[in-house]
This record gives sequence, structure tokens and C-alpha cells, in this order.
Amino acid sequence: MIYDDVSLTIPRGKITAVMGPSGTGKTTLLRLIAAQLSPDSGNIMVDGQDVHTLSRSALYKVREKIGMLFQSGALFSDMTVFENVAFPLEEHTQLSAVEIKKIVLEKLHSVGLRGAAYLRPSELSGGMARRVALARAIALDPELVMFDEPFAGQDPISKGVLVELIRKLNDATGITSVLVSHDVEESLSIADHVCILAGGFVIAEGSPDEIRASDNAQVKQFLHGEPDGPVPFHYPEDLGSDQGVSQ
Amino acid sequence: MKGLISLGAWLFDWLEAIGRAGIFLFQSIFRLPVRFGEAVNLLVRQLYSVGVLSLVIIIVSGTFIGMVLSLQGYSILAKFGSEDSVGQLLALSLLRELGPVVTALLFAGRAGSSLTAEIGLMKATEQLSSYEMMGVDPLRRVIAPRFIAGVVCLPLLSMVFSAAGIIGGLLVSVGWLGVSDGSFWSLMQQSVYFDTDIVNGLIKALVFAVAITWIAVYQGYECVPTSEGIGKATTRTVVLGSLAVLALDFVLTAAMFGDF
Repeated sequence: MIYDDVSLTIPRGKITAVMGPSGTGKTTLLRLIAAQLSPDSGNIMVDGQDVHTLSRSALYKVREKIGMLFQSGALFSDMTVFENVAFPLEEHTQLSAVEIKKIVLEKLHSVGLRGAAYLRPSELSGGMARRVALARAIALDPELVMFDEPFAGQDPISKGVLVELIRKLNDATGITSVLVSHDVEESLSIADHVCILAGGFVIAEGSPDEIRASDNAQVKQFLHGEPDGPVPFHYPEDLGSDQGVSQ
Repeated sequence: MKGLISLGAWLFDWLEAIGRAGIFLFQSIFRLPVRFGEAVNLLVRQLYSVGVLSLVIIIVSGTFIGMVLSLQGYSILAKFGSEDSVGQLLALSLLRELGPVVTALLFAGRAGSSLTAEIGLMKATEQLSSYEMMGVDPLRRVIAPRFIAGVVCLPLLSMVFSAAGIIGGLLVSVGWLGVSDGSFWSLMQQSVYFDTDIVNGLIKALVFAVAITWIAVYQGYECVPTSEGIGKATTRTVVLGSLAVLALDFVLTAAMFGDF
């Protein structure tokens, strides 16, 4: 079991950061919202609809309104950057090729990669790939964008660029954003609403300032990156055994 | 008791996997993407990578097997003074048996493994999830074109294999061993029948094609998305695919040529 009786609200039009140590199922949460996984019990409402009771085609309709940025970028390796961003438009709209080209170049421009339109994903750096994936996630002007670990494995400059892009995107379009991350500083700096998960529970929820001021020991350990605390440094082992050392 | 429980658990897992694979086949069969141009484009690309790129290995192996077959056949037939019927031996063994079977085994190694690895890597890099998230069914977009391409290509490749084998055999028996050109072809024409030999060979190839491509795309789609998992899935494709071909070949041969 990953979650036990978790209740979580994601406010519309704001950036919500979901944080927590690795392995607490943050990515699982995003997959539950997108109904790629189903919960054993309980329900998940997206824009007033319980996504887990929808038919396959109705679900796919809902997903057109959701953009997702995967941890690895997940660009289609058999297409160019341009084709990657154009793909959702070609799939879901009746726009002409000229209109699609206009939108794609505009989206690429907004992430600063208009000049890279005809490169292949294998020719991009990690940070660039994630920006292209962002352009693709917002191609259909979704109402909800989910970011899975957008800062993981990025150099400081790429991180700064992504922070800036996510913030600007939210300010300019009023998109609802959900950000899953364990990068404390970056997440707290852009989020309007923060939620910290640990051990299958929500241990803290509130604005970044409220989270910073929290006196919950587990939250403090997470925010300050202390190696030992409520989350132990040592992986639990059977204390009765000396694992054969005394022989 | 414990052994019995684990045997039962294993059996249930196995049955469940077969059921899942069956549903998977049903969902992906003949369901190309909705837009016609895109469907054609994807299919052509897969026909190229599964079929055209396998041509070299098929033609080269076919030629050599035909050459070896006519050498071996000639040396035995010559003992009975009937070396003229080497063309008949060649055509029948290639069309009925070696063409479909060897092509299928080569196909499992050449195309099946690459299908599994490609789909597995797409899964590992979240490309399949990405399609799903965009409201595009990966079964339609990724699996169906590959499945159809495999099923179309293998029977054609097996015909190419048999043709290459006959030409290889011709080179050795007529060009080198001195069998007469006329009897090589005329005995072959007399003894090969379209409906029993050629059609049965094609049916075999078609059945093998469904089995191998199904195993290959399913293993890729269901693999554990790590480097180790993809490696294991690729191995399983080749091993299971080859075993399936050999077992099915026995069943089909018994059904087609078993009544004496």
C-alpha cells in the first residue's frame, strides 16, 4: 500500500507543489490523477468528474485537457522536435498544417527553442529535452499541467530556466499546475500551495511560508535535509542477528 | 504442500499471462490509427524495418541452404541413379518445410528481438505513457502497425527464402554437379502442386508470423522497464518464438501432410 486515506485538494489556477522523500509515491499520485492507475478505494475528481468511472473514450477526452511533463521528458525518439510538439495538435485538432506550424513555433519560442525545431531528441541536452517536453505538454493549451520531477538532474542554469518558465506559464495563462518534486528551494519559490507527503500520509499542507514555519519534526528534517531524524539513517534490520560477523 | 501451492500459483500466473496476452492481441489487431495518412505512413515505416531490412539475411541464408541441400541430396540420389530429381527434392523440402520454418527462426532473431527491444525502450523512457497521457492509444499507434507489418512480411519473406534456395540449388546441381537443366525444372514442375505445397507453406508461414510477432510485441509491452528487464524480454522473445515455431510446425505438418 502506498497511500492510506489521503485527501488532497489542488486549487484551480495555482501552482501546487507536492513534495516528499523519494519512494513516497509522488509519481503514483500523478498517475492516479491521470487515471493511468486506479485506486483500490476512494475517488479522484478532476474538474468535477470522477476520472476512474469514465469510459476509455471519455477518459481520453479528459486527458486532452491535461498536459504532463514526464521525468525523462519522454520525447518520441522517432520524431523531430517540431513533430513532437505538433503531434498532439495533429491528433486532436482539425487545424491546417500552416496553423499547426504557427502554434508549434510559438510554443517552442516560449521555451526558447525555436531554433532547435528540426533537431532530433537525441541531439538535445537533458535541460533542452525537458523544455521541448514542456512545449509539447502545453501545445493544446491544457487546463491542468502536471510536472513530474522537473528539476531532477538539471544543472543550476536549467533549473533556473524551468522555474522561470513554470511561473511565467502559470501567470500568463492561469493554468492549474501540479508539481511533484523533492527540490525544496525551487519548489517553495514558485508554489502557491504546498503539500508534503511521507509514509502514505499528508504530513503538512499550506502556503510556502506556513510550511517553512512548521514545527513538525518530519517536515523540518525534510526541508533542511538532515540525515537522521524521524526518517532514520539506517535501513531497518533484524537487530537480533549479527549477520554472521561473530563467526 | 508448499511445492504444490507454488505450483498452483505458478499455473495461475501463467494462465493469467496468457489471458492478458490474448486480450492484448485482440485489442491491437487491425486497429491502426484513425487518420488514414498517418496509418499508412506508420505501416510503411514498419514494413520497411521489419521486412525490407530482413531481406539480406533471408536471401543469403536461403541461397546457402539451397546449395547445401542439393549437394547432400545429389550425393544420396546419385547412389540410386536418380540424381535428376534433385530439383524435386529441393523444391518440396523448401516450400513445405525449410522455407517457412527457417525464415521464421531467422525472423524471430532478426525482427522479433528488435521489436521487443524497441517497444521495451519506449516503455522505459515513458514514451508509451506519454501517448496515453495525450489521449492517444499506444496499442493503435505503436503496437498495431508493428503487428500487422510482421504478419504481412513473414509469409512474403518465406517465399523469397524458398526462391533463393531453389536458385542456390540450381547453381550447385546444374552449374557444378552436371544435372541436366531440363530435368531439374520439369521434375520440379511435375511434383509441386500449388494448393498442397505452396499454399500449405504459406499457411505455415502465416501462423508462425502471428505467433512470433505477437510474442515480440507483447514481451516488449509487458517488460520490466529497466535495462535488465529489456534484456530478459528480448531473450524471451527469441526463445519462446523459436520454440513456438517448432512446436506449431509439428502440429501443422501432421494436419497438412499426416494422412497417408
